[in-house]
Amino acid sequence: MRKRYFDHVATNPLDSRVFDAMMPYFREDFGNPLSLYALGTKAKEAIENARAQAASLINSKSSEIIFTSSGAEANNFALRGIALARQNEGKHVIVSKMEHHSILNSARFLEKMGFVVTFLPVDKYGIIDPDMVKKSITKETTLISVIHASSEVGTIEPIKEIGRIAKEKGIIFHTDAVAAAGNIPVDVKDLGVDLLSMAAHQFYGPKGAGALYVREGLRIVPLIYGGIQENGRRAGTENVPAIVGMGRAAELAKDEMADRTEQMTKLRNKLIKGVSDIENIYLTGHPKNRLPAHASFTVEFIEGEAMLLLLAAKGIYAASGSACSSKALKASPVLLSMGVPSNLAQGSIVFTLGAGNTEEDIDYLLSEFQQVIKRLREMSPYSKGWGMKGEGGECTVQK
Amino acid sequence: MYSAKVMDHFTNPRNVGEIPDADGVGTEGNPTCGDVMQIFIKVKDNTIVDAKFKTFGCGAAIAVSSMITEMVKGKTIDEALTITKESVANELDGLPAQKMHCSNLGADALKKAIEDYRSKNK
Repeated sequence: MRKRYFDHVATNPLDSRVFDAMMPYFREDFGNPLSLYALGTKAKEAIENARAQAASLINSKSSEIIFTSSGAEANNFALRGIALARQNEGKHVIVSKMEHHSILNSARFLEKMGFVVTFLPVDKYGIIDPDMVKKSITKETTLISVIHASSEVGTIEPIKEIGRIAKEKGIIFHTDAVAAAGNIPVDVKDLGVDLLSMAAHQFYGPKGAGALYVREGLRIVPLIYGGIQENGRRAGTENVPAIVGMGRAAELAKDEMADRTEQMTKLRNKLIKGVSDIENIYLTGHPKNRLPAHASFTVEFIEGEAMLLLLAAKGIYAASGSACSSKALKASPVLLSMGVPSNLAQGSIVFTLGAGNTEEDIDYLLSEFQQVIKRLREMSPYSKGWGMKGEGGECTVQK
Repeated sequence: MYSAKVMDHFTNPRNVGEIPDADGVGTEGNPTCGDVMQIFIKVKDNTIVDAKFKTFGCGAAIAVSSMITEMVKGKTIDEALTITKESVANELDGLPAQKMHCSNLGADALKKAIEDYRSKNK
């Protein structure tokens, strides 16, 4: 059976051109970039070339890119690194309820360290109101972090407007652009951000490669202490093949963005339109301001993990924000913060498209998806509506 | 993640549906947590002659529902009451640890169906 992958937000397959660029740095040009002989300088040059490529994707200077092991590391680095660097000026940090766990849990860590954190609410589309950001600012605020685009519901946030507010108030502004960079145009100058996180495997680069853009002149406390790699801001021998791969993937993403966006938007719209024929199913996230390859829904009366398993049996790979499909057995906090009722959040399903998908894939997906929904609804005690009350009372879910 | 038996009972569930003139109905779970199971039993001469289910939930919840409806058929009420979460899970060749608690609702739903039957036949 042909595998049809609709989970590009989880990770992307590596572009073969990226793979080719990486290969020499595993075995032939394996040197440590800090070594002074030719093998070392060659690796160093490769990293600096990749840095220029990554910088070009987001319109920054090369010197403003710090390579990390992942988007999560970049997010941890940004939040802790700035909060700690500026703690003498204030101990208030603003994040939103749309954030990835790597931001939310870093924020909770800061709370334990004595910082005060505001978690901004969102509207039903998952959009953060810039006015709300403004109102949350206090004399103590040193950092605002808002996600650029949500991997769960696809919504693109008004980063530019929030950036303007942050600048006005002299507050450092970070955006987690892991789902956005490489997929939609991201320009740090235009957005007015001071820091930005990205991850290579979100644009056909390798896993294990991420980057944090840090605006020139900004002081940041390191997350990893050690040697002088990355100008002493991120120690550890560089993952040269992965960094080279990230650079090449960034270059390709920049060159091909317009074509990719057109292709993805076309397929995504076909999918959303096809799904709208099914009863009692709702698009999550903003209908217009959303990632071009992102289609996410909630399906009434059935549960997400069961959908994923039945789809997987048909060679279709997707994601869900339901409690049962999460390792923590908790429904997606993003969906709940958007006001999606918790029973409906159990029916979450997320399809994210990529370069390998075709129109025929979408037709196949639509046909199988309808059958899966029908089958599970026939089994559901709620097939006629949510009227029947569960009798279990309190949630007995264990962590 | 799931045993072959769980996958079999999930993808080909036995006894899906309702019994319109059921002698006992039991519901367990809460949709806000993830899983809800409803079990219907038909009783004749103190023996469960038929059982059906409706379940909202994950693969494990559906497999548990299918398995327990198979297990109870032909059992007397007293025998059926000896079925536990563990015995259902064992029949399925085990369940992932995190699913043992929240998705393994069959034994509790069955007890409620039997209580319902008994309350109607005092």
